[in-house]
Amino acid sequence: MANTMHLDIVSAEESVFTGEVAFLAARATEGELGVMPRHAPLMAQLKPGEVRVRMPDGDEQYFYVSGGMLEIQPHVVTILADTALRAKDIDEAEAQEAKRRAEETMRSRSAEVDYARAQTELAAAAAQLRTLQNLRRKRGS
Amino acid sequence: MSGAKEIRTKIKSVQNTQKITSAMEMVAASKMRAAQARMQASRPYAQKIRNVVSHLAHAQPEYRHPFMAQREVKRVGFIVVTSDRGLCGGLNANLFRRLIPELRKCEQRDVEVDLCAIGNKGAQFLRRLRGNLVAQVTHLGDTPHMADLLGSIKVMLDAFRAAELDQVLLVYNEFVNTMTQEPQVETVLPLPAMDDPVLDEQRYSWDYIYEPDAALVLDQLLERYVESVVYQAVVENIASEQAARMVAMKSASDNAENVIEDLQLVYNKARQAAITTELNEIVSGAAAV
Repeated sequence: MANTMHLDIVSAEESVFTGEVAFLAARATEGELGVMPRHAPLMAQLKPGEVRVRMPDGDEQYFYVSGGMLEIQPHVVTILADTALRAKDIDEAEAQEAKRRAEETMRSRSAEVDYARAQTELAAAAAQLRTLQNLRRKRGS
Repeated sequence: MSGAKEIRTKIKSVQNTQKITSAMEMVAASKMRAAQARMQASRPYAQKIRNVVSHLAHAQPEYRHPFMAQREVKRVGFIVVTSDRGLCGGLNANLFRRLIPELRKCEQRDVEVDLCAIGNKGAQFLRRLRGNLVAQVTHLGDTPHMADLLGSIKVMLDAFRAAELDQVLLVYNEFVNTMTQEPQVETVLPLPAMDDPVLDEQRYSWDYIYEPDAALVLDQLLERYVESVVYQAVVENIASEQAARMVAMKSASDNAENVIEDLQLVYNKARQAAITTELNEIVSGAAAV
């Protein structure tokens, strides 16, 4: 037990990995980072890339993370993984898209209002017609 | 024999409806289970970030992130999470009923409102309300992805950061259990002080080594935190939607059962009456001969 640490890889959508590991290597923004148990507390931003994990029995596992955060405490390591590739311009484009959709919805409002007005007018006309027919029938009989 | 055939057709049609509603009930039940699992799965991330942020806030008391800025509220942003589809009982209607007094309160205090709709029903409703819709995302499906939400969240975050919004509220249905879903209005921004009583007692004598630097790390963490809060709300709303649909469809199936029973009774009576009349005719015919 002494020579292992607990690793959690979690993303906002799911928990990717949890368990004891002997070693892990990840790509931080400042460069590759290797972590052994009893590492000093550290907090780093991760670049998109793979996280290499060595299990206590010597097996190696690879996880791909598209960026995120690495938090290290002596016996607990947590990777807060991003769920998707994050880049400033992609985010910006997404935001523009969301705005555009909203504007479109707002604009189509007038069309719907016209439609609703047409519908009420139609209903009124139909009602008048019905009354006329009823009157005519009464007069006829 | 009058009416018997019509009643039979009616029974048939109610039975068909019942088939659909009970199928929808079962589908909703299984989807709800999946949605609940997703709800559980996304919890550790938010929890973890919360821990880290509260630690950071203690270790770096002098640093104030823009998301923590308390300002006089002049303009509020609402993120309204609703379902994409109907047939889920009063779920969305209850949410709107909860939302409207909030909006009215803002109106009375002369506070302007920006709206962000997640989900089709909300987008339609807010449009009818003639609110100022600044962002929307619809048709997320049953498995929403963070990537789909980011755009609309960013619109709100940017507005808050630029001090265009002074408060951001999140409106969604909390999944209490299968029978109960509570409409909730939560404050997302400014971030409430993250005080963890357990952490307070421990008295930090250590701090992280930051890479590349504390402020940057905190910035990113807080942004992710807000995103995960919204994501959590969306996932929870989907679980609520499926639960509400399941219950609504169950009562629809039960009602159909009752209607069929009543119609069957009427049909049997009509049939019996027809047979009696026929017998009467035969007997009286025979007596005449």
